[in-house]
Amino acid sequence: MHLFRLALASLANRRFTALLTMFAIALSVTLLLAVERVRTEARASFASTISGTDLIVGARSGSINLLLYSVFRIGNATNNIRWDSFETVAADPKVKWAIPISLGDSHRGYRVMGTSQAYFEHYRYGRSQALQLRDGRAFADDPFEVVLGAEVADALHYRLGDRIVLAHGVATVSLVQHADKPFTVVGVLARTGTPVDRTLHISLAGMEALHVDWQNGVPARGAGKVSAEQARHMDLTPKAITAFLLGLNSKVATFAVQREINEFRGEPLLAILPGVALQELWSLMGTAEKALLMVSMFVVLTGLIGMLTAILTSLNERRREMAILRSVGARPWHIAGLLIVEAFALAAAGVVVGVMLLYIGIAAAQGFVQSTYGLYLPLSLPSAYEWQMLGGILIAALLMGCIPAWRAYRQSLADGLTIRV
Amino acid sequence: MTSLLELNDLGFAWPGQEELLDIPQFRLERGETLFLRGPSGSGKTTLLGLLGGVQKAGRGSIRLLGEELGGMSAGARDRFRVDHTGYIFQQFNLLPFLSVRENVELPCRFSRLRSQRAHQRHGSVALAASELLAHLGLPPALHARRADALSIGQQQRVAAARALIGQPELVIADEPTSALDSDTRETFLELLFTECRAAGSSLLFVSHDQGLAPLFDRSLSLAELNRAAQPAGV
Repeated sequence: MHLFRLALASLANRRFTALLTMFAIALSVTLLLAVERVRTEARASFASTISGTDLIVGARSGSINLLLYSVFRIGNATNNIRWDSFETVAADPKVKWAIPISLGDSHRGYRVMGTSQAYFEHYRYGRSQALQLRDGRAFADDPFEVVLGAEVADALHYRLGDRIVLAHGVATVSLVQHADKPFTVVGVLARTGTPVDRTLHISLAGMEALHVDWQNGVPARGAGKVSAEQARHMDLTPKAITAFLLGLNSKVATFAVQREINEFRGEPLLAILPGVALQELWSLMGTAEKALLMVSMFVVLTGLIGMLTAILTSLNERRREMAILRSVGARPWHIAGLLIVEAFALAAAGVVVGVMLLYIGIAAAQGFVQSTYGLYLPLSLPSAYEWQMLGGILIAALLMGCIPAWRAYRQSLADGLTIRV
Repeated sequence: MTSLLELNDLGFAWPGQEELLDIPQFRLERGETLFLRGPSGSGKTTLLGLLGGVQKAGRGSIRLLGEELGGMSAGARDRFRVDHTGYIFQQFNLLPFLSVRENVELPCRFSRLRSQRAHQRHGSVALAASELLAHLGLPPALHARRADALSIGQQQRVAAARALIGQPELVIADEPTSALDSDTRETFLELLFTECRAAGSSLLFVSHDQGLAPLFDRSLSLAELNRAAQPAGV
C-alpha cells in the first residue's frame, strides 16, 4: 500500500512527462475503442439493413450484385423481370406478401424506387421495425406522388407539397430530366439508418408514367409526347420491374420457394436469402475492418512503448531516489515493485481517461454520425470484448513494467546506498 | 557484552581489481560516538557499503550486534540493516516529492522493528516523527511541506530525524555536514549527539573535516585503519 503511495508521489513529481505519457495511452485507448465501437455498430447496422424478408428475387446474376442494387441502391441490374413473372410468383400460396422494386431513375444523386403500397406495409429493417412516416402519408392513387427518405428530405430541405423533377438514369449529373412530369412530396419517412433514408419512393404507376412515351431509351419528341395529365388516364401497369422482395407464410418453405424461383420457366430468375448474401458481402469488407482494428491495436502498443521509453529514460535520473529508498530499508524487489506499480498506474489512468474521452466523443458526435453516416453509436457501458481489450492493455503494461523494474533492480543492487553527487 | 560493531581481518576487492580494504580490526562500542576521518580514496564508500550489507566482504567478518553479516542472505542483510542502522548522507538525502513528515517516517514503513519501537516510545510513528523533528529544531509548520522546500541545513536535520526514528542501535553519518556552513555545522552536531544519546544509538561519523574530531568520544583515521589504502592526495 505504501509502495503505491510512493509510486504515485514519484509520478506526481514528474507530472509533465507522466501526464503526456498517460495522455498518449489515453488517446490510443480512445482510438481503439472508437474503432471497435464503429466496427460493431457498422456490422450490426449492416446486418439489420433488411429484415423480415425471406427472399430477394431478381434477374439472374450474382447474389451480391442483386443484394447491392435491391437493398443498398448500389450498382445496376443487368436485366429486368417481366411483370407477369412477378405476378405468377406473388400468386403462389406459400407467399405471404411481395414487394416489387423498380429502379433506374434518380434525383440529385439519390435513387428513385418504384414500388407498391406493400412496401410501407411489409418492409422491415433492424429488429423487425416497420417503416414509419415522419410527415404526410404514403403515395396513393395519383401516380405523381413521392415519399422521401429522411436523409433526402433533410439534405435537400424538401417539405410536403414541394414539387420535384426526377432524372433519368442514376448519374449525379443527369442530362435527361423528366421535367414534364413533376412529382409532389406527400410524405417523409422517419429515419431508419438504412439505405431507405437515401431513397425517393414512387408508385410503380408513377415509374411507368415517367417512361410511357419513351422509346428505345430516349424520350419521345413532338407529337409522340404524353403529358402528365394524359398519362394519368392511361393504363399504367408496368411491363417490367427490377426485383422483388418476398415474405413467406412459413420460413420452412424458404428453400422450396427459392428452388422454384431459380427453376422458373418463364425467364431466368435468381432468389437469394438476404441474411446469407449480407454475410457474404460483409466478409468481403471484413478484411478492411480487421485491418483497421489491427492498426488501432498497434497505436495502443505505440502508446505503451512510449510509456516504457519514458520510464526507462527516467531511471538514470532517479538513481538517487532509489538509493535513498534503499538506505531507509527498501529492498531491491521494493524498487522493482515501485516501477511495476508506476507502469500500471500510468496505463490504468490512460485507460480510464481514454474511456472518458470516448464517452465525451460519442456524446459530442452521436448526432452528427447518425445523420451523416446513419450509424447509431450508443453511450453504453463497455462490452465484454471491450473489457477484454482494456484488460489486455493493463496486462501488457504490467509486463512492460517488468523491463524497467528489472533494470532498476540490477541498478539498485549495484548502486547500493550512495550515489556520487 | 560484545561491541556493537566489530570488524575482524576484513578484506574486500571489486572483481578483477586490487584489494581496496584490508582492515585487521575495528570496534565501535554501544553508545559511543566515533569520528572516522576518511579522505577520498581511502575506501570509505566501500566500507559503508559493507557495513550496510549492500556488498559482501571478501574475507574476514563484520559483526553488528553480535550477528555475522556475511552469514546472512542479501534479503536478510537488507532487513537487518534497516532494523538496526540509520543513515545520513552528504546532501540530497530526502525524497523531494514527499513531505518532511513522510520522509522521516520512511524507515518505519520498511522496518517493523523500528515502527514498533517508535510506537513504544512515542505512541505512534507520527508522534515519533513530530517529536524528533521538534527536537531537531523544525517547527510543526514545516512538517507538511515538501522536503525540497526546506533549506539544506533544515534538510540535513530532517535526515537526522529519519536516521534516528525507531531508535536504531547504529547511526552512520557520511559527510552530513559538508554542505553546511560552520555555524550550522556545530549546531547540527550538537543536536545529533543529543538525539543519539536519547535514542541510545552509537554514531559512526565519517568526514574529512579533522576540525570536528575533538567533539567525539574517539577519533580514527580510515587511512591508518585500512592497510590497503593509498596515501591521501595520490
